[in-house]
Amino acid sequence: MCGWREWIWCIPATVAVVLVANSGAAQERPYAGIGTPLSAAEIAAIDRDVRFDGDGLPTGSGTVAEGEELYAERCAACHGEFAEGSGRTPALLGGEGTLATDAPARTIGSFWPYAPTVFDYIRRAMPEGHAFSLTSGEIFALTAFLLHINGIVEDDFSASAESLKGVRMPNRDGFVMPPHPTAQGTRCMQNCRKEGPRIAAEAPVTMEGIMTGDREEQP
Amino acid sequence: MQHAPFQPGMPVGEHPYGAPSPFMRGVVRRWLRGMLPSRLTNVAFTPLAELEGIITPNGLHFERSHAGTPHIDPARFSLKVHGLVDRPLAFSIDDLKRLPVVSRFHFIECAGNNSLNWRRPTTNAVQFTHGMLSCSEWTGVRLRDVLHLCGLKPGARWLLAEGADGAAYARSVPRELWDEALLAFAQNGEALRPEQGFPLRLLTPGAEGSLNVKWLHRLEVGDKPWLTREETARYADLQDDGTARLFTLVQEVNSVITLPCPEKPLRKHGTHRLSGLAWSGHGRIAAVDISFDGGRNWQPAQLEEPVLPKCLTRFHLPFTWRGEEMLLQSRAVDEKGNVQPTHAENLRVKSAKQVYHNNSITTWRVMPDGEVRHVRLA
Ligand code: HEC
Repeated sequence: MCGWREWIWCIPATVAVVLVANSGAAQERPYAGIGTPLSAAEIAAIDRDVRFDGDGLPTGSGTVAEGEELYAERCAACHGEFAEGSGRTPALLGGEGTLATDAPARTIGSFWPYAPTVFDYIRRAMPEGHAFSLTSGEIFALTAFLLHINGIVEDDFSASAESLKGVRMPNRDGFVMPPHPTAQGTRCMQNCRKEGPRIAAEAPVTMEGIMTGDREEQP
Repeated sequence: MQHAPFQPGMPVGEHPYGAPSPFMRGVVRRWLRGMLPSRLTNVAFTPLAELEGIITPNGLHFERSHAGTPHIDPARFSLKVHGLVDRPLAFSIDDLKRLPVVSRFHFIECAGNNSLNWRRPTTNAVQFTHGMLSCSEWTGVRLRDVLHLCGLKPGARWLLAEGADGAAYARSVPRELWDEALLAFAQNGEALRPEQGFPLRLLTPGAEGSLNVKWLHRLEVGDKPWLTREETARYADLQDDGTARLFTLVQEVNSVITLPCPEKPLRKHGTHRLSGLAWSGHGRIAAVDISFDGGRNWQPAQLEEPVLPKCLTRFHLPFTWRGEEMLLQSRAVDEKGNVQPTHAENLRVKSAKQVYHNNSITTWRVMPDGEVRHVRLA
């Protein structure tokens, strides 16, 4: 998992480290002294990310029942009473079995590979526009609730650093690391088509009604 | 407001900052109703048809944010670097400006550019097919200089770049992109615009726009990717078999004709200038070919200087039009030999439901009356 295409940069990186160490010994590092050292406490105050494997999850816990209550108060107005989504606000459940179809529904339950990421995202981005506004206990509870309504945990589940690391998401194996194939065209210059061209589809003529941004329309 | 010729004009200094001519009022970024969830997480498109050369004016650079645009006081701002480093450090903007500063011309393209046209053409305007694309001279310090000051520890392979916006937007950046990356505080000669991340953004030349984290306040060095929601549930490319590709970061070779285009129909018979933009996240543009007959025959366009790596390149080609129907296409080739694919060629290795990374050749149908329509050919 760590370090895709490791071979490309691991070797140059090792060489670079050696070079830097040597040059440091030979001459004073230019620009040394720029920047203010960060204390452990200062780092702890801003280091609020949670990695896919649960690294960075805080202490504390929250239950499905607590999460259900919080959801109704803080989230339902946008995501719908049953987390079914509303308008263009995404649904937070459903979509099982749709990824390989023509109408894929990408939700926490159908798509997200790791449970700790649910905690991380709510913490940094929800409710919309209010980063880091919920307490750890609240976020654990909301995570427990969202996992439960997706059928991933039982209703007596309590989310914590320990328990979230143990959750296996349904689409855990659905993601592929690089390298990926790239699409290539062909540089033919003359008589490049055997047949056609035939117009297969045409965009609706006007963008009026859906397009906006004229200064007159700005608030 | 209008002045007759040879009459007194506006007093000097009337607009301390300056603004476009009142006759250019329609040249603005626009957004689409119902495209994205809310006004906070949305995109405003660059009016490509109205631009010349390769630089996007700062007020027209496309805008994409996930929790709106914050106004951040630079006096109270710092970039914090920590994690797998020997010396965790905070840098004010003034601190950064004491380091060697470089300026480079690069495009930024949203991974979702042209996403509305994967299944069928839906947007009849180059502003909404390719307008999540802009290009600037970016000024800042090299990421690697800052990491060097902090001292990388063994095992450092990824870093998390986090914004100070209302979504604390966060992305993992692999080490192979660090060398070229900039911590940019200026665009086109002035401080970053708020929509572009004032006071500081990450610039990862050639990589998808969303990796260029704005309002960048924190870098954490680690040994693994974080796999945040914005690189799994979003910005990962879903394939037909239901699997999704992670870290499809490079914006592949691409081009589009901006004259003529749906916003710029042909109004007169005779000689015209065809013009457009080509770009590749892999390096320089090597050639652009133009077809007037839907891809049957092609001829090379003229590339305009400068032709820079991971930067927009302007191309042109004169042609004569006498009212016949034409099917216009452009096809870019980059210096690594990558050739822009047709839609069919793209679908051989990609899926129409992957949302992101649609670099297919676009077709403009020029009608006998000179109007231009966005079509898909079979
Ligand atoms: C003001 C409206 C609003 C409120 C309130 C709100 N959300 Fe959201 N939520 C959104 C929008 C809009 C998005 C899509 C954001 C984006 O894609 O950038 C979203 C996305 C999400 C997602 C990601 C869904 C996916 O599949 O990618 C989760 C999880 C989520 N919200 C959880 C919550 C929780 C939990 C709460 C309550 C604490 C909450 N939201 C409150 C508007 C809201």
